Amino acid sequence: MNALEINNLYKVYGNGNVALQDVSLLVPEGSFFALLGPNGAGKSTLINILADTVNASSGSVSLLGHDLFHERAWCKRRMGVVPQEIAFDPFFSPREVLKFSRGMYGQKADDAWVDELLERLELTQHAHKITRQLSGGMRRRLLVAQALVHRPKLVILDEPTAGVDVELRKRLWDFMRELNAAGTTILLTTHYLEEAEELCDQVAIIDQGKLITSRPMKELIREVASSSLCLRYAEPLQLSDEDKSILSAFSPRVYDNQLCLTLNKQDSRSDFDTVYQAAKQRFGTPVDVSIRQEDLEDVFLRLTGDSS
Amino acid sequence: MIGTWTLFQRESRRFLRVKMQTIVAPALTAILYLIVFRYAMGDRQVPGLDVDYFSFLIPGLMMMAMLQNAFANTSSSMIVGKIMNVHVFLLMSPISAAEAVFAFLAAAVLRALVVGSVLLLVLLPFSDLSLAHIWMILFYGVCGSLIMGSLGLIGGMWSKTFDDMAMVNNFIIMPLTFLSGVFYSVSQLPPFWQAINAWNPFFYLIDGFRHGFIATGDSDPLQAMGAVAILTILAVLSAWYLWRIGWKLKE
Repeated sequence: MNALEINNLYKVYGNGNVALQDVSLLVPEGSFFALLGPNGAGKSTLINILADTVNASSGSVSLLGHDLFHERAWCKRRMGVVPQEIAFDPFFSPREVLKFSRGMYGQKADDAWVDELLERLELTQHAHKITRQLSGGMRRRLLVAQALVHRPKLVILDEPTAGVDVELRKRLWDFMRELNAAGTTILLTTHYLEEAEELCDQVAIIDQGKLITSRPMKELIREVASSSLCLRYAEPLQLSDEDKSILSAFSPRVYDNQLCLTLNKQDSRSDFDTVYQAAKQRFGTPVDVSIRQEDLEDVFLRLTGDSS
Repeated sequence: MIGTWTLFQRESRRFLRVKMQTIVAPALTAILYLIVFRYAMGDRQVPGLDVDYFSFLIPGLMMMAMLQNAFANTSSSMIVGKIMNVHVFLLMSPISAAEAVFAFLAAAVLRALVVGSVLLLVLLPFSDLSLAHIWMILFYGVCGSLIMGSLGLIGGMWSKTFDDMAMVNNFIIMPLTFLSGVFYSVSQLPPFWQAINAWNPFFYLIDGFRHGFIATGDSDPLQAMGAVAILTILAVLSAWYLWRIGWKLKE
């Protein structure tokens, strides 16, 4: 069973901006799913459609086999969303906010679970303060607690760790791992790619409203985790179209004065010499050379064609 | 059911938490009006009606306060929700449009009734006001609060900023309620303005509400009831429909 099944989803905003273009995506039940993409790729639009704060233009979504657009209430009760933007009710305390949240999902009060959430998200000490007095990090943790208070089957986190310090971030992820181990499906977007690589077993990348790839994280890492030859030059580089076409077999990326080229293996022999010669011919002898193991970030940049 | 009840609690606790602004302040304002008019008008009668000015004024001020508070409850919740981004929680929750509108309006009516009762309790000892038809007081009080609560929801959905909201309040709601015969009998107006006033729904609300106390007024309250009932249904349905389609709430 899939926690989410998204078919041919489109979103065109009133101003003509196409945010999602024919996105189809499967999120398996029980997975820890990373949705990655550069800013403005359409991640938040996708999540907002799931959360019912933005209307889709066309397409269909099913949650645990139920049509999201026709059985909204059923689906919403099984979904918890942490919105990207901080939101808090200035009139109430965290404890009250959690009680109201749970009630609004049609569930009876459960003080033990509320206490546990406050504890796990380190808000117990602040449970009776008015939310206005909370710091940014606390408000964000309260958002996470709010999304979990009705014990959803699917938890969606849109950039949940922005502005949360490293120590807390780690503990937040430990908590998410536990929930995931207990059967909760978790879908998250994040800018911290190492985090996604470490936590998630499934990954999808979207760019400019289109799905680039969606597959198990290991597969993506294995398939693309080659090494790169990085050549440093004295001057910043710019790739002309001609450079790009000649070096296209090595997926050239430029970072200021550094040129990185992907190494391929043929009969277990690395082609570093071919790559080096090709680069030297175009740009001359570099001032320094290094070999880097590719990580998710390189893959991400390569797939989204973002060389900045 | 639990969802609707929770939202109702949230919306009523919101105003109970800031009683000074939401209950005490409107009561004090109304009392100030009464003191001023009491001394300005003395024991004078309202022209054309066999009633003293003070007894005429109390129900009108009560109803005006109730209408304005019902509007304030829904509209401020909506606009604060939008500015603080809290309205996303409402959109994300499984609460349906009908449940949400019901809960918001129930809280608006509760606030109006609380404000109205406080005013009545404070002012009753200083007047010889009677309660001629309690059912009429309740009918007009509740319908008026429902209409204003619905308008508050719609105004809140439409507004993008506190300034938009203040504009709706100061340029539409305040003039309409002020110029609805709270302070004067409509028969004192020139014929042209009387004709215009016949189209002001707030006039019927206030006049009918007052009729419940003093058993006299400028309109026939039984005839006006039908129109008020229809208007109430229309207002509530509009709020429900706009909520359902996510007007100005969802892109």
